[in-house]
Amino acid sequence: MKNCEYQQIDPRALSVLPSSAQNHTEKKAQRPRRKWEVFPGKNRFFCDGRIILARQNGVLPLTLSLIIVTCGLFFAFDCPFLVKHLTVFIPVIGGVLFVFVVLSLLRTSFTDPGILPRATPDEAADVEKQIDTSGSSTYRPPPRTKEILINQQVVKLKYCFTCKTFRPPRTSHCSLCDNCVERFDHHCPWVGNCVGKRNYRFFYSFIISLSFLTSFIFGCVITHITLRTQAGKTIVQAIQESPARYPFLELVVCFFSIWSILGLSGFHTYLVASNLTTNEDIKGSWSSKRGAEDSGNPYTYNSIITNCCATLCGPMPPSLIDRRGFLPHDEAIPAVSASEIELPPFTAKNDAHMEENCQDISLSCTA
Amino acid sequence: MAETHSLQDLQQPAVSSKVFVQRDYSSGTICKFQTKFPSELESRLDKQQFEETIQTLNNLYAEAEKLGGKSYFEGCLACLTAYTIFLCMETHYEKVLKKIARYIKDQNEKIYAPRGLLLTDPIERGLRVVEITIFEDRSIGSGR
Repeated sequence: MKNCEYQQIDPRALSVLPSSAQNHTEKKAQRPRRKWEVFPGKNRFFCDGRIILARQNGVLPLTLSLIIVTCGLFFAFDCPFLVKHLTVFIPVIGGVLFVFVVLSLLRTSFTDPGILPRATPDEAADVEKQIDTSGSSTYRPPPRTKEILINQQVVKLKYCFTCKTFRPPRTSHCSLCDNCVERFDHHCPWVGNCVGKRNYRFFYSFIISLSFLTSFIFGCVITHITLRTQAGKTIVQAIQESPARYPFLELVVCFFSIWSILGLSGFHTYLVASNLTTNEDIKGSWSSKRGAEDSGNPYTYNSIITNCCATLCGPMPPSLIDRRGFLPHDEAIPAVSASEIELPPFTAKNDAHMEENCQDISLSCTA
Repeated sequence: MAETHSLQDLQQPAVSSKVFVQRDYSSGTICKFQTKFPSELESRLDKQQFEETIQTLNNLYAEAEKLGGKSYFEGCLACLTAYTIFLCMETHYEKVLKKIARYIKDQNEKIYAPRGLLLTDPIERGLRVVEITIFEDRSIGSGR
């Protein structure tokens, strides 16, 4: 059939060719550079790309310090008293909960939430070609949407002008991080990151374990103060006593956080059971107000247990942005040769600065 | 043009065009690609071979994302260890991705490269598209 007059391509030699969105800003570097260094979104990377955070941390330091200070006070002032009067398991349970809360929080904050990498220039051109079939003369085209059928239900896919691609279903563009995130739930300032497909389970275990922790500390502090008052003093005297002042502070923190954390846990349990995201719930995407039959959630498995298992225990999808991969070498891409000449001085300074930053951060990470 | 085609020269064959096979969302958000045969490949490839490649890829991705006893066990174990187990263990999804990478390399060597085509692993494009690069046909007399 084919005469094979053209020579066979060696796939191994071509493996460096595929260009990624990051190639646009590719610079000639003395050392091989990793993809996180040219990532176009508003994120910060630490430990040479292993850890990802949103650029605006929000109040993550505040969250961490509230948890650590409250637990510290608990272990310092309540535990000795309660161990003496009740049981030694109190600090053990408190310790386990505390470790679980902190690990879940760090995991939520430092994990890639499911960022979708931006389209390569070729892909973007291909999509443009498919849209402009009629050769419209208007300079600014209307917002682009594409309708598809998911489980016999019409779903509209929107075109993302920043990422230059049609967003997959349930994907939303976070303006704070400037990224499209898959199964976008919300951007949480308390954890300083978006909550999406890959870190939703960590976020859920964080708020559930935090509910248990705050309830536990609240209960212990109430017990502590009650036991002190039973020894013949009034409540005011018990609180004024030197070590008991601090439990009162814990009481205040726990009291205010319990309402919000428990409420949030309840809300997210409802979302998990019905396989919804906060984004969809707020927008009312699947609410039955517009026509009863055809507005059902097309993603639900129609069983609470299956929905829970799928969302929380499902397979862990990989990170799509390949932070630690190396950028392809310049010599394989002839298109950027023109810009190579003026870049080296800028790059050298940039690299050195970045390396310094990275080393500082990696030292503080491993400390 | 009498050029000697050594393998070094051919490390940069001219790219004629690229075809993008988009995702198929009819079954939800699982990773699945459309099996519709692109018209640009008609002169280079059999429709059946293309469909077989895409269908095998779809099956492999379905295996990676399958909800079953094994994935639930992995999820629960990870939860109990406060997700620290992912630091030392490779997830099921990652294992299947490696299988997919091997399959694509195999397909490229056996079917696509002899026809002047190159399949790009979808993971390099964020699982959005299967990119097929069509290289220039440098045959002088193609004899078709």
